[in-house]
Amino acid sequence: MAGPLQGVKVLDLTQYIAGPYATRLLGDYGADVIKLERPGGDPARRLPPFLDGDPHPEKSGTFFFYNSNKRSLVLDLKRAEGREVFGRLLAEADLVVESFRPGTLDRLGVGWEFVRAAKPSLPLVSITNFGQTGPYADYRGTDLTLFGFAGELFSQGVAEREPVKLYGSAALVQSGGAAAMAALAALMVGARQGIGQHVDLSIADTHLGGADRRHATVMGAEYSGLKSPRYPIGAQGLLAGVYPCADGYVELGSSDRLDRVADMLSHPEWLQDPKWQDPRLRANGPLIEEFNAHLLEWLMQRGKREVWAEARRAKVMCGPLFTVREIYEDPHFRGRGFWQKAEHPVLGEIEAPGRPFVMHDSPFELRRSAPLLGQHSEEVLDELGYAAARIRELAAQGVVGVR
Amino acid sequence: MPSLPLDGVRVADFTGVWAGSYLTMILGDLGAEVIKIENPYVLQPNTRGQAHPPPAILETGRALASGYPNRQLGPRPWNYCPTYVALFRNKKSFTVDYRRPEGLDVLGRLVRECDVFVENSAVGTMERLGIDYDWLRDKRPDILALRMPAFGSDGEYREARAFGIQMEAVIGHTLLRSYPDLDPSQTSMSLAGDQLAGNNAVLAILMALWHRDRTGRGQLIEMAQAENATAMLGPGLMEYELNGQEPPRAGNRSIYGHAPQGLYPCRAAGPVEEAGDRWIGLSVTCDEEWEALRREMGDPEWARDPKLAHAEGRRSEHDRIDAKLGRWTAGFEDYDLFHRLQAAGVPCAPVLEASRVHDDPQVAARGLFQPRQLQDDVGTFRYMAPFLRFSETPVEFFQAPVAFGEHNEYVYRELLGVDDEEYERLRAAGHIRQEFDESVP
Repeated sequence: MAGPLQGVKVLDLTQYIAGPYATRLLGDYGADVIKLERPGGDPARRLPPFLDGDPHPEKSGTFFFYNSNKRSLVLDLKRAEGREVFGRLLAEADLVVESFRPGTLDRLGVGWEFVRAAKPSLPLVSITNFGQTGPYADYRGTDLTLFGFAGELFSQGVAEREPVKLYGSAALVQSGGAAAMAALAALMVGARQGIGQHVDLSIADTHLGGADRRHATVMGAEYSGLKSPRYPIGAQGLLAGVYPCADGYVELGSSDRLDRVADMLSHPEWLQDPKWQDPRLRANGPLIEEFNAHLLEWLMQRGKREVWAEARRAKVMCGPLFTVREIYEDPHFRGRGFWQKAEHPVLGEIEAPGRPFVMHDSPFELRRSAPLLGQHSEEVLDELGYAAARIRELAAQGVVGVR
Repeated sequence: MPSLPLDGVRVADFTGVWAGSYLTMILGDLGAEVIKIENPYVLQPNTRGQAHPPPAILETGRALASGYPNRQLGPRPWNYCPTYVALFRNKKSFTVDYRRPEGLDVLGRLVRECDVFVENSAVGTMERLGIDYDWLRDKRPDILALRMPAFGSDGEYREARAFGIQMEAVIGHTLLRSYPDLDPSQTSMSLAGDQLAGNNAVLAILMALWHRDRTGRGQLIEMAQAENATAMLGPGLMEYELNGQEPPRAGNRSIYGHAPQGLYPCRAAGPVEEAGDRWIGLSVTCDEEWEALRREMGDPEWARDPKLAHAEGRRSEHDRIDAKLGRWTAGFEDYDLFHRLQAAGVPCAPVLEASRVHDDPQVAARGLFQPRQLQDDVGTFRYMAPFLRFSETPVEFFQAPVAFGEHNEYVYRELLGVDDEEYERLRAAGHIRQEFDESVP
């Protein structure tokens, strides 16, 4: 069985995180993703972590993670000969994805009009910070600033402090998922109806209209004028939030099912007292303290895995706070075959997360580890019908980067 | 005449929790006919809030829980629960008590007419109802079925109860995010995984449709949301895999060593209670941006330190830079500083409290919120419009957030061809309603 996108050719002009994650998803499910890198390569090759801390463009773990299942072609679009190669690539492609600032491809002479002229059924997906239009179209952004503007950052963290973001590039990865689905929708229109189109994907818009709490807080504000401040330290109330246990921490929920909590604690009698049925319980500080005292005593006698096992038995919402090492070693995910190994010429054998989801009839496959810079330049040009001598010429002129 | 990507595709939406409601809404945006399956006797948690919320809920003072229209619960609060209503556009809603045989029969007849069936219940729930993949395939041989259990449908954790919050704890996100200098028990919740699950699940369904178009075969798709969400932690996972080290908690700082990066205080012209809670997010990602920031600050003595000209030096002096920079930003309103620094080429943006979003010029220019009225007359409010922008097959906001059972007539009579006698029988038996049963809290 092969991935559903086998036979689909994607020209990938994206860089950094969001775009590369989007095209990686397409490659994961069978698409032939040709990563078109500028001379010098995707700047993400300069992002840590690096193997042994050595900042070498082939040793970036970040680049590896978001660029497996792709081929790399180094092409200088600033040169006329480079644009000619690009035109021939377009004629063979089913989808183009890019993440330059608005107007960049136009300035190079290879923008939307050029794409449309090369192949009318070809969709172009442009991923930008704020979209192609509007007063901020040229504004710069990072994971922090975009999530602060458009996501739920303001309400994350504690009231006594500044808000605090998600880990690393998480918000950009979320937008990469949105870009991938937009790309596939455009591909379907292109293939079924022969209509190419320009898709304007704004990272900010994907957060404003996404499934994080932002939609809910904006809606609540619109309905009522109420605001969404952060909670003060210690305000987590009844069974909601992170609690310590003997060897770490657990995240607990289920405040609406105290019967299950009593079952988890193996003290069904403890919550029989009618005071725990009071609908105002959640606003009753002393009662919550009494509850927490019981709970903490129980938690501190158990490790997080033990707590979770009891919670699972009693159907209480729970998740231990695992470290990265613990998630790597966890037998559940190992048993499900989640991790995948790839052999990389410089990094060696790498084990990384596999499929984002299981498609039983058209599965994920890790076919290639992340490409070296220009690793497939000759191969791709050869497939386009360029003679070996011409490829050497283009390489000598610096239009194409070969290894 | 161009048609939308999913024109002609019909989706049976059995989802409950956020990621599911979001993903079916996007399918609706893309042209699918999405039919939300609801039950007058079962409130799917995290879909329509509470059927009969206590009036005390209006007293929390917070938008998330108390933000009902005009701060009134009204007669049918489930139709405008602020927490979820923004996930109901571009769908139809119909009701049936699928726990009873005649209800399950109705559901089966609906599935026969659908291309896609989506659910995100805890493992075991669908099995208990008798709605598994074999049952679906019996009704519709080429059905695309998507399920989204937190940890997968097999393995030790399959029956673990978890929302996104607990799931993120398990994959390591909770320990990685949050303040580096506070105890992990001070971590507030995040629903980051739900967003990625929703986006990637749409991708999965589109790919499965693509596959079906070519092979004639449907399939079962399983997204273990925990597995899917690990993509957000790529650099942290690779730090461990490459070098055997646990990645440190970085808070708002860059995990890539760019410096300075953080949230810096700003002045608020508005109400007194907001003073002290205005922030600008600012990232210096290269030396040129640092130069630009220095110029905008008036090139103060401290910033001229040659050590700060390069990222490594700025990284080692991050605390000192933060203190100085924060004193400078505190003299500005966030929007003034935002435009000024962006004009100079420095990445930054105000950290918007939700009620400020509508006033932003970019948000207005993009038309992301549009006025609509619901079936229930609670007034005209601005609801989220689709964020996808396609030049030739424009995505539209064609259905206001749907009311419970709003399309019962359409689904029962037109789609399923139920005759008057059966319709009346099902209505009398409580399947066809626009209100939750009084027994539902």
